[in-house]
Amino acid sequence: MFSIRNWRKPVKLAPGNGHLPLTRMRNGQSGKVIQVAGGLNIPERLAALGIRPGQQVTRIGGMFLRGPITIKVEKTQVAIGFGMARKITIEPEA
Amino acid sequence: MRILLMGNPNVGKSVLFSRLTGVHVITANYPGTTVGFSQGHMKVGAEKAEVIDVPGTYTLEPTNEAERIASEMVQTGDVIINVVDATNLERNLYLTLQLLEKQKPMVIALNMWDDTGHLGIEVNVDKLRALSGVPVIPCVAVTGWGTKELVEAIPRAAPGQVLPQTRDERWAAVGNIVQQVQQIRHRHHTWRERLSDASVRPLTGMLIAAVVLSLSFTIVRLIGEGLIAYALNPLFDLWGGVVMKLSGLLGGSGFFHDVIVGKLINGQINFTQSLGLLTTGLYVEFDMVLPYIFAFYLVLGILEDTGYLPRLAVLMDTLLHRLGLHGYAIIPTMLGLGCNVPAILSTRVLESKRERFIAATLISIAVPCAALQAMIFGMVGKQGPQYVVLVFGTLFAVWVGLGFIINRFTRGFSPELLTEIPPYRMPPWRIMGQKLGMRIWHFIKEALPVVLGAVLVLNLLYTIGVFDAIARFLSPIVTGWLGLPKEAVTAIVVGFIRKDVAMGLLTPLALTAHQLVVASLVLAMFFPCIATFVILARELGFKDMARATAIMVVSALLVGGLMNLVLPG
Repeated sequence: MFSIRNWRKPVKLAPGNGHLPLTRMRNGQSGKVIQVAGGLNIPERLAALGIRPGQQVTRIGGMFLRGPITIKVEKTQVAIGFGMARKITIEPEA
Repeated sequence: MRILLMGNPNVGKSVLFSRLTGVHVITANYPGTTVGFSQGHMKVGAEKAEVIDVPGTYTLEPTNEAERIASEMVQTGDVIINVVDATNLERNLYLTLQLLEKQKPMVIALNMWDDTGHLGIEVNVDKLRALSGVPVIPCVAVTGWGTKELVEAIPRAAPGQVLPQTRDERWAAVGNIVQQVQQIRHRHHTWRERLSDASVRPLTGMLIAAVVLSLSFTIVRLIGEGLIAYALNPLFDLWGGVVMKLSGLLGGSGFFHDVIVGKLINGQINFTQSLGLLTTGLYVEFDMVLPYIFAFYLVLGILEDTGYLPRLAVLMDTLLHRLGLHGYAIIPTMLGLGCNVPAILSTRVLESKRERFIAATLISIAVPCAALQAMIFGMVGKQGPQYVVLVFGTLFAVWVGLGFIINRFTRGFSPELLTEIPPYRMPPWRIMGQKLGMRIWHFIKEALPVVLGAVLVLNLLYTIGVFDAIARFLSPIVTGWLGLPKEAVTAIVVGFIRKDVAMGLLTPLALTAHQLVVASLVLAMFFPCIATFVILARELGFKDMARATAIMVVSALLVGGLMNLVLPG
């Protein structure tokens, strides 16, 4: 659960090769989805909205206090809770 | 023959449904507007077919209650009309393939066809037809363009030829189809897209929210008060004359006279104090409440149809997490400011039972419906705006505080926000007008019999002295703890049926401003009106409904009592 106790926990960087979690991208930055981790049926729910490995996405904004991250995928904007967003690994464009 | 309208959320199924069947349903520009299914009929050739508007779903593997309904419905249909957002082919086609795998006769409606042009998207319809093996009809549901062709295509519906496949195979197939049928031209950002981006960024988002919400509030009040002052008050002045004549005919007093006209105050009827069917009964609903209902739903309609509400969900997400909810719960909450009944139904868009419990409980305690708000504005507002602010401020604090507490003490966890943010659109004015009309008609149809019934029963109970007995029994609580006169018991009891009439009953008691504040809070929180109660029981189940009710009673008494202690005099 996303409670006060863990909301200051540092975001773990995805290992090496310039990959970033979605939460660390800049607004306006684009990149390719490398991996979608997470339990329950989160990868499936994200895939249904078009967020799956290989897909091009652009970050639009993120709310402060670890609020949702909004990205653009195809012609749609999707808002993703922070905890979910940090589990999406992106290979940013140069 | 049974036709199912199926597709992703917010692709326009309900608008198309209204087009095909002539049955008006509530439509809006956010995913999850439809949470149950509506039924209508249409002619297909000479045959009468049943049409079902199925809640939107991204896949047939459901993740919430609304999607579960959708995936269960598939089996029951004879023909599927798969409504597809032509501007979002890739995402939409995943469900299309799942539906084709069911091998039922199907037609694809490529909705929002008009948007493809200025978004720089080109879709090759013939190729899509060849690849899917079923008829594909471009259409624009909001204007009706292409719906005739769609109806004509239904008899040609062909069963899907796709064999069941795995998720990865399906996505690969989708990619393959999209590559063959869709071409995208690059094009610059429009102002709508810029506004859209600004709405989900912290600083600009907060600013936009502040402007939108304060503007909404101002417009609701301006229209509501304007209608009361310039249209309804003059109308009721005329009506007063008519009822006075009737009063004379009925002899000016007696049981029958008192039920119909009410008690004369200083030889005149008094719309707020006479308590007759034709005086207070009509006055409360039509003069005090209806103008605000109209104004509220007009503004809500605009917020819904432009697509602002999901942006508000993004903005409120962090706060709502503290209450065990996620941002999307703001949509049921906003609907609750109109009426708690559809609000509690719309909690079906939330994923877990826990979230639905928290959201529904908070709505029924701390979100006053438009009818009650109108009465609070009308009555408490007379004492000064600071008291109105006090009532709403307290309710907001209760909403946050109680949510925090329930979140702490309810087991389980709440999932995170994940939602599509639809593009901003111009509201389709005609459809929006119909929606407003439906909601007002619904209010009148539901409220009028209950209000008139309540006034009637009230008069009867007064006459046989039932209220005196209840008042004596409850006086330690009502008088001792809440500091209200014992006659206020009547209002609290009527509050079980309808809150607006209950507030109306407080008028003759000449309460002080502080007593009015306490009474408004207790009425708002204490118990949902009977219609909300029934929906709560149905949606949450008996056990959770009982828990919710216990929370309501305790928190209402606590907040009411504390306010009584804190406020002087």
